[in-house]
Amino acid sequence: MQYKSQAVAKPYFIAAIGLFVGQILFGLVLGLQYVMGDFMFPEIPFNVARMVHTNLLIVWLLFGFMGAAYYLVPEEAERELQSPGLALLMFWVFLVAGALTILGYLLVPYSGLAELTRNELLPTMGREFLEQPTITKLGIVVVALAFLFNIGMTILKGRKTVVSLVLLIGLVGLAVFFLFSFYNPDNLVKDKYYWWWVVHLWVEGVWELILGSILAFVLIKTTGVDREVIEKWLYVIIAMTLITGIIGTGHHFYWIGAPEYWQWWGSIFSALEPIPFFMMTVFAFNMVNRRRRNHPNKAAILWALGTAVMAFLGAGVWGFLHTLSPVNYYTHGTQITAAHGHMAFYGAYVMIVLTMISYAMPMLRGREAANSNRSQVLEMWSFWLMTVSIVFITLFLTGAGILQVYLQRFSADPLPFMVVQDKIALFYWMREIAGLVFLIGLLTYVASFFVGAREPEATTAVAEKASA
Amino acid sequence: MSQAFTKAMARNIFYGGSVFFFLLFLALTFDTHNAWPDRDNHAALNDSVAHGKALWEENNCVGCHSLLGEGAYFAPELGNAFQRLGGKDGIKGFIMSRPKDGIPGRRSMPQFNFSPEELDAIADFLEYVSGINTANWPPNIQG
Repeated sequence: MQYKSQAVAKPYFIAAIGLFVGQILFGLVLGLQYVMGDFMFPEIPFNVARMVHTNLLIVWLLFGFMGAAYYLVPEEAERELQSPGLALLMFWVFLVAGALTILGYLLVPYSGLAELTRNELLPTMGREFLEQPTITKLGIVVVALAFLFNIGMTILKGRKTVVSLVLLIGLVGLAVFFLFSFYNPDNLVKDKYYWWWVVHLWVEGVWELILGSILAFVLIKTTGVDREVIEKWLYVIIAMTLITGIIGTGHHFYWIGAPEYWQWWGSIFSALEPIPFFMMTVFAFNMVNRRRRNHPNKAAILWALGTAVMAFLGAGVWGFLHTLSPVNYYTHGTQITAAHGHMAFYGAYVMIVLTMISYAMPMLRGREAANSNRSQVLEMWSFWLMTVSIVFITLFLTGAGILQVYLQRFSADPLPFMVVQDKIALFYWMREIAGLVFLIGLLTYVASFFVGAREPEATTAVAEKASA
Repeated sequence: MSQAFTKAMARNIFYGGSVFFFLLFLALTFDTHNAWPDRDNHAALNDSVAHGKALWEENNCVGCHSLLGEGAYFAPELGNAFQRLGGKDGIKGFIMSRPKDGIPGRRSMPQFNFSPEELDAIADFLEYVSGINTANWPPNIQG
């Protein structure tokens, strides 16, 4: 660790991992409710468990992004953080606000939470992923502003690199587009249209800039490839991201009351959205192949390559599968969407945060560059367990989705929703089993922080001798 | 990437491309606003529909159902519930009939204990939604 203030990243990473565990536990509850409809009813109905599952995901990814920024920016800017104290204060504000919100979901009926937090003053609750009480949303804005001030001042006063500028553009975009969550008109069509300005322009827009810059940072550090080369790649990738992704928002406007020309704009541009993800894969493998040094942290490189591949598969390939409007006409709002959502979020955002944690955590815990071999082997086991199980979760949901589309929408004699759900239960059971393996992988991941912690660091002595 | 293609060129494509396509997106959004009056069924908007939408949100209906295909996929699509359940009375009857403790072994909607006025508002909201021009989605009555 080159700068003392980078240490503030550590609590952010620990909180991220803790909330990740919670997210997966609630995911398993949801999966079980799909096949045992009365499981935990009426204490924790499906909608509550789902809010906890998705909101924990968003919150822990935000913790991860903030931790990544606090670690990365001082090194890029070549100076200490503007205010490590503010970063720590915001950590606690965000953690307490997040915990209270989740407890609110679990302990109070949702309508009671709306009443308790005076939702009627500025109604923003009850929309998918934006379920947080308005007061929590205001808290998120405060935390985001303080965070941006801290990161922005550090960058402005220090060395300005492409990596840190792209990260800053991504983070500013994240904060700006979140403001659309406060716009909630009575007109459902307008509500939905601008809801996507948060959701789509986050995950298929500015978050990809954050992803790209973190990946570029880790590749610069672990491969030793010339920064100029990596920064050029980064620019090209994020250029393609926004050139395709902004108009690509149109693939959400097909069936919500917007004009029908969006079927053309959305289909054409979102069909191009896999391109930047494919370039990211080529980029990551190229840089690792052209490496000028053998970094002892093998696990971090595995995560970096993994996120490039899985983001392309989950966001790129599974996104393309149902993005063309004639296809989407049948698949919209089915398990196909759920399949894509799971692999895309895991591949693009879960894995990039885990890449950064894998790279930074050894230094944050006092190592020179890497964990012990034993710890890394366990971490790589967790990589494969989680990655293979998310592939199976996605395949089973895709199977469920294809059957659902056929039985409910495509066959000559369409069946009612609940009849179809019963018929495809086998796929939900298989998904739940894959989810259990994911949990085992995640527990293995957590264990990798404790196993081999006292053993000496892994080195590349052998490899260096060979090349000398 | 080749040496002839410089970092400055890549940077210009990023800034130029992003700004151009964001402006195009704003222009299309402006045109979309102009097209909405013919499509968004705003004539049906009244206080009861607005109240119904608030109830829809404050009870997190989207946490199980989809509406125009968006939301959760645990319970049926409701954009066409007005047609599928047989009008306002069908919607109100279904909501009122939900058992408090659920149905053993099966998915069941909670009993929300809505007042008659609230039930009316929710049904009005779903009637309004069913009148939005969705380019013929969903493909059939099953949603």
